[in-house]
Amino acid sequence: MNSGAASNIYAIPDDLPLDSGQVLSGAQIAYETYGDLAADRSNAILICHALTGDQYVASEHPITGKSGWWERMVGPGKPIDTNRHHVICANVIGSCMGSTGPASEAADGTAYAMRFPVITIRDMVRGLVALLDGLGIEKLHAVVGGSMGGMQALSLAANWPSRAKRVLVIASTARHSAQNIAFHEVGRQAIMADPAWADGDYYSTRASPDNGLAVARMAAHITYLSEEGLTEKFGRRLQDRPDGTRGAKSFGFDADFQVESYLRYQGSGFTQRFDANSYLYITRAMDYFDLAEEHGGKLANAFHGTSARFCLVSFDTDWLYPTAESRHIVHALNAAGAKVSFVELSAPNGHDSFLLEHEQLDRVVQGFIE
Amino acid sequence: MSLRPDLAAIAAHVTPGTRVLDIGCGDGALMAELERVSDVDARGMELDAALVERCVARGLSVVQGDANTDLANYPDKAFDYAILSQTLQTATRPDLILDELLRVGEKAFVSFPNFAHWRTRAALMFGGRMPVTRALPVSWFETTNIHHVTIDDFRELARAKGARIECAWYFAHENEIGALAANLRAEFAVFQLSR
Repeated sequence: MNSGAASNIYAIPDDLPLDSGQVLSGAQIAYETYGDLAADRSNAILICHALTGDQYVASEHPITGKSGWWERMVGPGKPIDTNRHHVICANVIGSCMGSTGPASEAADGTAYAMRFPVITIRDMVRGLVALLDGLGIEKLHAVVGGSMGGMQALSLAANWPSRAKRVLVIASTARHSAQNIAFHEVGRQAIMADPAWADGDYYSTRASPDNGLAVARMAAHITYLSEEGLTEKFGRRLQDRPDGTRGAKSFGFDADFQVESYLRYQGSGFTQRFDANSYLYITRAMDYFDLAEEHGGKLANAFHGTSARFCLVSFDTDWLYPTAESRHIVHALNAAGAKVSFVELSAPNGHDSFLLEHEQLDRVVQGFIE
Repeated sequence: MSLRPDLAAIAAHVTPGTRVLDIGCGDGALMAELERVSDVDARGMELDAALVERCVARGLSVVQGDANTDLANYPDKAFDYAILSQTLQTATRPDLILDELLRVGEKAFVSFPNFAHWRTRAALMFGGRMPVTRALPVSWFETTNIHHVTIDDFRELARAKGARIECAWYFAHENEIGALAANLRAEFAVFQLSR
């Protein structure tokens, strides 16, 4: 955890004012870039990552050794073509892969832990805009994001309308629903119920709330998949037992079912690369997200006068941010007179579909970005 | 690529530099032509996801949506033209769609196959079966045309809605024909309306 500082680091020179009224001083942003920036700086694409994502969109993750989280979309000759575009992906503030977050050192030389200010999606974007300023990029060719990344793309378009020509929002929403908040609260309570959480002050101890974080990840992971996808992948199939017995129930509480084993694996794998307090802060930021609320209660106001082109994509089996949420955004953009495209794609894998192989998605992304 | 004759008639009469909403825009052929030739700010709506994807892939602004319900989200007079080509006869309530067209657009173009064309009449009269013709090529049980309409019916609907017919074009064999006995002779019609 938190050793992934191999990225470029940008130290934000000014204090970052936050929605809470607090100020974050001395913040830094860890980021990766791919492809060359054109001389006129017109070919930059900012990719915003999701809740547990990071800046390694198209390069190997330094902790897990796995390939980039969207490598099938971003790279030379890919739909977001790094032969033509300069792709920037930055770790959001509050996270734990090199950007300032609760695990970072505060002014007193110890980790912030729960002294880290509560941040919002707009605060994350403030950090990203500061990075763009630092890189001298006045106007992005496009800002692109799926899930929480889509929230950031929308927030950038609404609050810094001159900074992006194109806004691509995939499997996302303009507000967190009661159900979204409820699932996040389950995750947070799992972390906080872990004795090793220690009110967030676990950085100086040998323990960390891995059990709680793993349970949080397991609960969240279910929301990323569809019932159909889970049924197809696991059904009611049983695990092979340690003694070699195949397909027998243990009449105990081992991971009998393959789906149990899968979730446990996902949960424990996650704790290797993610900080529990970051999970608390970022889920809180997502729960607070309501773009209409920031703009007088009317979502169309958020996009008033925008000259950016928008494209929204949803997936028919995504029950975390269902198509209705994308339509809600599209209607607001229509009301605001914005140029907008929208398509609901068919895919079996629920919310996670945006990260998986999908030829139609590739064509839409490529067509919109060009 | 040459446009379908009804679309070509519409394209020829859209003032350059205007804002257009193409409802049921299909693969975006008309929108692409308008943007290319007339510097028109074109937006589209299409029900079929595969067609929307093709539109977006060619750089057009098209929203997947249902003309029966989703026009309500556009402000009054948001467009100079609202276009409904070959879609009226598939609508749940063509009369309500026409209202919406005239609300969101200063002017509207509507094109549809004419059910009173003599071939259709003859097929029904002498064959005693629902017509399958060049203009109406699909059998009654699988056609998406759920509200068959004639040119005279449409004129009457426009009158009832208080819409002014500014212009009309009629087609047979892919060619434009005169207005004389159009309700009998035309396979397709295009109307330009305002209110």
